[in-house]
Amino acid sequence: MTPRAASISLRRDATIELRELVKSFRGQDGPIEAVRGIDIEISAGETVALLGPNGAGKSTTIDMLLGLLAPDAGTISVFGDSPSEAVAHGAVGAMLQTGALIRDLSVRELVAMMASLYPRPMDVEEVLDLTGVSEIADQRTNKLSGGQTQRVRFAVALVSNPELLVLDEPTVAMDVEGRRDFWATMRAFAARGSTILFATHYLEEADAYADRAVLMAHGRIVADGPTTEIKAMVGTRTIRATLPHVDVDVLAELAGVNGAERHGDAVILSCTDSDAAIRALLVAHPGARDIEIAAAGLEQAFLALTGDAAGAPTARPSAAADRLERAHMAARTMR
Amino acid sequence: MTSLLYIRLELVRTLRNRRFFILSLGFPLVLYFVIAGPQRHVRDFDSTGISAPLYYMVGLAAFGTMSSMLSSGARIAAERAVGWNRQLRITPLPPRTYLRAKVLTAYMMALISLLALYVAGSSLGVSLQAQEWLKMTGLILVALVPFAALGILLGHLLTPDSIGPAMGGGVSLLALLGGTWFAIPAHGFLHDLAQYLPSYWLVQASHIALGGHPWPAKAWAVMIAWTVVLGVLGARAYRRDTGRM
Repeated sequence: MTPRAASISLRRDATIELRELVKSFRGQDGPIEAVRGIDIEISAGETVALLGPNGAGKSTTIDMLLGLLAPDAGTISVFGDSPSEAVAHGAVGAMLQTGALIRDLSVRELVAMMASLYPRPMDVEEVLDLTGVSEIADQRTNKLSGGQTQRVRFAVALVSNPELLVLDEPTVAMDVEGRRDFWATMRAFAARGSTILFATHYLEEADAYADRAVLMAHGRIVADGPTTEIKAMVGTRTIRATLPHVDVDVLAELAGVNGAERHGDAVILSCTDSDAAIRALLVAHPGARDIEIAAAGLEQAFLALTGDAAGAPTARPSAAADRLERAHMAARTMR
Repeated sequence: MTSLLYIRLELVRTLRNRRFFILSLGFPLVLYFVIAGPQRHVRDFDSTGISAPLYYMVGLAAFGTMSSMLSSGARIAAERAVGWNRQLRITPLPPRTYLRAKVLTAYMMALISLLALYVAGSSLGVSLQAQEWLKMTGLILVALVPFAALGILLGHLLTPDSIGPAMGGGVSLLALLGGTWFAIPAHGFLHDLAQYLPSYWLVQASHIALGGHPWPAKAWAVMIAWTVVLGVLGARAYRRDTGRM
């Protein structure tokens, strides 16, 4: 069998595999371990969210998957090829987290220019239409608003007609309406059978638009499963109420509550089922007042999952995230 | 073949940047008229055997075309700064095509600059036979090869902030030592130094036009050496910058 035939047959039942991936950056106070040995496997046609707070290692993972960064250790296979081979075949399209457009071209020209680089591009007009930029197709790329620029960047990613579409926090710079349009477009594109990986730090986005979520925190994978499971796992809510003179151990026994702590007159209940918990609370302690129910932040949920919250000073994780962010930016501006 | 549209749009894009276009073309033209205008009747400039309008036409063409070639570096640096090169690296665009487009764009700007100066020269009485124009143009284009490599090297090495001064200073110095502003003396330190500069032989292309001394073997050796050294450094800067092996 020729090598060509081998590579084609490998691409048939293709998956994306990241194995024991490790990457660290040089930081001011020694190396910063951005990705500490992760394994991810994605089947063709799946839509997967890479979910995690800032500094979790999502962008580093994506840069390695796209061949923009070389891992320190571990392997990556994209449909049986290395990332750079997959990119060279035109199998991958991506919208990076940051980046502007080159100037002095119309939107249509820019999208056509990018389309010309791929072996099987989508029709340019179709992509302009799909991403909602038909009306600004004749405008110069340097005269666009921030939201319009994001749409054009999305068009650039889609026009490659990729087998694997990678989106790194695509909605960060968008307003509410922009987000809604964006996800509607992405869904329409996903229906064509492409494999999609997107990074986000919004649990709602992962829940609404992915089949599966991979949770990352501190460079590790802390959970990987269907979004419904992940949501149950990290979607804890807290009930805060003013309720003096009640023992927190008693409150922790209430239905739907898995923990309680006291801060002066206030109590904070962390809940697995906040609906059940609030009913039980009001029945048992009708005197509770100033009640607030809030979704726990993703970062808190992750800290709980990874066990870092216990004993660790709260400033540490976010300081580490900042350092990672800086190291990552430095690594990017170098190239 | 798919790269044709890519290269064409790169060219179009450069022509549309009006401020850049006017400045990079206009500056050498203005200098030419200011310097060569008052001396347009000087038949034998600095005993070179060449009229002042012809000497300065080629001298400023050297200055203008060097600037044009290096301006590709400025565009590369600007595109890198906004993350466009990262975007290109996740496309199947081969580095070869990317670099070819940059070099072609640089040459297009250089050619336009050259033609503008030819027109200006003719208006001050420069008159050559068709064959002489062609020979001179050919040599100038060859002498620009090392500058194409230098543009790519600087573009992948420097930031948009630092590339302006680097280019301005570099081009001015090379133009000065190459004889853009005054004829390099036939002997002495300056003469010896200039022999090793590509800009000197660029300016010397005007001699060829008059059927004078063609480029000696030394000129070709200097050109090849600069091209090889800058080409290797440029390729290394590109690879280091993009992480391509």
